[in-house]
Amino acid sequence: MNTVVEMTDLQVSFATDAGTVAAVQGVSLSVQAGEVLAIVGESGSGKTVTARSILRLLPETARTRGAVLLGTKDGSRTRDVVDLSGAELREVRGEDAAMVFQEPSTSLNPVYPVGWQIAEGLRAHGRLSRKEARAKAIDVLRRVGIPDPETRVDHYPHQFSGGQKQRIVIAQALVLDPGVIIADEPTTALDVTVQAEILDLLRRCRDEFGTAIVLITHNMGIVADLADRVAVMYQGRIVEQADVRTLFASPQDPYTQRLLAAVPRLGTGVERTRERAAAREPGWAEATPVVDARDLRIVYPGRLRRPDFVAVDGVSFAIRPREVLGLVGESGSGKTTIGRAIAGLTKVTDGSLRVLGTEMNGMRERAFRPVRERIGFVFQDPASSFNPLLTIAEAVAEPLVVHGRAKDPQAARPRVDELLEAVQLPRAFGDRFPHELSGGQRQRASLARALALQPELLIADEPTSALDVSVQARVLELFDELQRELGFAALFISHDLAVVDLLADRIAVLYRGKLVEEGTGAEVLGAPQHPYTQRLLASLPVPDPDDQARRRREWERLRAAD
Amino acid sequence: MATVVPAPAAPGRRRRSWRKLPVVHQVRQSVGLQRGMLVAGLVLTGVFVFTAVFAPLLAPYEFGQLRDGDGPFGAQQHPSGDHLLGTTVGGYDVLSRVIWGTRTALLVIVIAILLSIVAGVLLGLVSGYFGGWLDRVLVVICDAVYAFPSLLLAIVVAIVISGGQSSLWGGIFAAAISITVVFIPQYFRVVRAETVRIKAEAFVESARVIGAGHRRIMGRHVLRNATRTLPLILTLNASESILTLAGLGFLGFGIQPTAAAEWGYDLNKSLSDVTSGIWWTSVFPGTAIVLTVLGLTLVGESLNDLADPRLRSRRAADDPPPAGAVEPGGALVPSGGYVA
Repeated sequence: MNTVVEMTDLQVSFATDAGTVAAVQGVSLSVQAGEVLAIVGESGSGKTVTARSILRLLPETARTRGAVLLGTKDGSRTRDVVDLSGAELREVRGEDAAMVFQEPSTSLNPVYPVGWQIAEGLRAHGRLSRKEARAKAIDVLRRVGIPDPETRVDHYPHQFSGGQKQRIVIAQALVLDPGVIIADEPTTALDVTVQAEILDLLRRCRDEFGTAIVLITHNMGIVADLADRVAVMYQGRIVEQADVRTLFASPQDPYTQRLLAAVPRLGTGVERTRERAAAREPGWAEATPVVDARDLRIVYPGRLRRPDFVAVDGVSFAIRPREVLGLVGESGSGKTTIGRAIAGLTKVTDGSLRVLGTEMNGMRERAFRPVRERIGFVFQDPASSFNPLLTIAEAVAEPLVVHGRAKDPQAARPRVDELLEAVQLPRAFGDRFPHELSGGQRQRASLARALALQPELLIADEPTSALDVSVQARVLELFDELQRELGFAALFISHDLAVVDLLADRIAVLYRGKLVEEGTGAEVLGAPQHPYTQRLLASLPVPDPDDQARRRREWERLRAAD
Repeated sequence: MATVVPAPAAPGRRRRSWRKLPVVHQVRQSVGLQRGMLVAGLVLTGVFVFTAVFAPLLAPYEFGQLRDGDGPFGAQQHPSGDHLLGTTVGGYDVLSRVIWGTRTALLVIVIAILLSIVAGVLLGLVSGYFGGWLDRVLVVICDAVYAFPSLLLAIVVAIVISGGQSSLWGGIFAAAISITVVFIPQYFRVVRAETVRIKAEAFVESARVIGAGHRRIMGRHVLRNATRTLPLILTLNASESILTLAGLGFLGFGIQPTAAAEWGYDLNKSLSDVTSGIWWTSVFPGTAIVLTVLGLTLVGESLNDLADPRLRSRRAADDPPPAGAVEPGGALVPSGGYVA
């Protein structure tokens, strides 16, 4: 076992408009050949910068100190990346260390065939003829699991699915047989079911190619699934380093403990759901639903003789007063479209959708405006859902002013302060601008804005997917508290089963525009009936290495059965 | 990261420091060559505006003055003690006309830009926000205006408006409006593109979900966010409008010398002087045009570069701060340093 990467007292700082910012402070790490080291931490903790400095892939404004020793795979030579010249750096990149990026759709050049892009690395390190390079590209494509590589090698990136594209990016990294691959959130842009396949491939990279992997992630489930050793980063420093079992079993640092405690786990919501169901008054099941969808169909018209796209296809469900319905599905399953249709942002094509007694099929904006008062909406991305030129107080006051409950934002201020207090933000935050708040604070302000008119229905479209785990936990808790206190009905849209399980009374699973399964958390998560739900559940990595190993075997069995 | 560090519980609205004022902020932000360019541009523009405002005090004679107490000035006189920059073929004092010319130029710039901004921004906002057939028609019209040679268009408009008259205000408005016609499509395009982009942002959707009307969404949420790039086009257009004005004057569609001083007109009249070795009648109005355009363009280009974090140069990073001095706001906004 030789060491491929040895980092000693690495310090990286950036020149910004507001002076120097230290991103990484005194990090020392080492990666052995053939091991997976996971670097975890919230956004801004310096994990990406640390990993990228192995390849010195940092912007010009960065300044690096310390030593990053990068060895070849066979251990014959070691070089310090920090003071390599341009030519030497090019020699090292790709051959000793390679990179897999987060977003596969943007890390491939759309105008070249994938085979050419894989061979580019081979040619850059100039040893092979065109023919040999092509043969090698086909070989590596086969090994990362692209079917029929002889023809696929000439295809362009847009002809592959997201998961296949990520496989190609990994093939690109593998083709020069580097000692270490740096994978920066390699599955964040992918659906859970695809993520499981990519994690499987990365595991094979380690086992079959003997490549070490530096895995950057914020998902503790992935860490439990893949990593051998874990380094936890917080504010530019490593707070804890341990092998994966020790870390999950007995985290030492308080930050690690908090991080692990904040990760939502499957099955924790069952008890709560039962309590809530028991507390309901008798006539509840017969009460008029707040939202009632019957054979709902939403079609996006195709352009220029392209066929129409059916986003939602014959979906029926109901949300009763004071009930939280969780809507789960992968990207493109139509879950967001349903949420937008309920809020009157997307037109209903066919079927019936009744929202608070108003039929949305053929709805007129003028007729729907009074109903809007009774609906709140929390958007996915807290960064863009606030007008950057209005203060938080002005933004929260906006619904009050629009519906005539207050003359202007100043008059609404007492109510705004009340709302901010309800979402646990200090009053003074009302005078700040959105960019002066962190993501979690902004999402809480967003919740305050949605609740300003005391709505009967709240639609939350992936409200926590842009947030760090530790922040997510607090926002979810707050959501739960407010729901219990104010008693609004809610549609909670998410791609994360564990999050939905935590909050929802009932869970509905969408797959390609169709509702494949609906029921309480215990029913859907405990005994899933539909094969897609089963696959979805098995693909979800849980933050426990032993449990995850067991689940992985289950997943492999399911995949073999397909 | 300075913006992230909380200013604890200030009552009411926070006072904005003078350092945040548009141009002051950019000067403080810039370094090296970029700062040099911006400052040079600001100085040139400052001199231009100063001259225009105080023209009556600075100029030794009136723009249309042909004689003083000692009799007529005489045509094509060499620079001398009485006439520092000599006199023109028509017998006017060159220095006075160059100084008074700044006033005409400034008036034309201000009127042209005001008119084109109001019209362009309104049309762009409505067109981009509502889309549909109105949008398509307006875009086609703007494309057609683009396809026209701008100076030719300006000439046609100048003839239509002034109808051959050439009073001071008539001439200025003729020039300004003809420039306006050429510039409206630029503002229209920029504002329309921004509006289309902002329309899809979550905060506009959130305003729709709240139930805000179209007028409120356009005014409060879209317009203020769509005007971010306007100052840049504005400075660049200002320099372009001087060139158009001078071009009009040079071709004889400008303002008569008795109504106001205009550099393009003087250049036209000095054409024949050039071959006979009389350099002072053409060089000084020409230099005035060059310096004004240069100043405004430098300001525009530097503002453009500074507004884009990828083009903006920064001071090199200092050594990492000693351990323990970590910025507490650092983890809050990951890309905070790049937010313009």
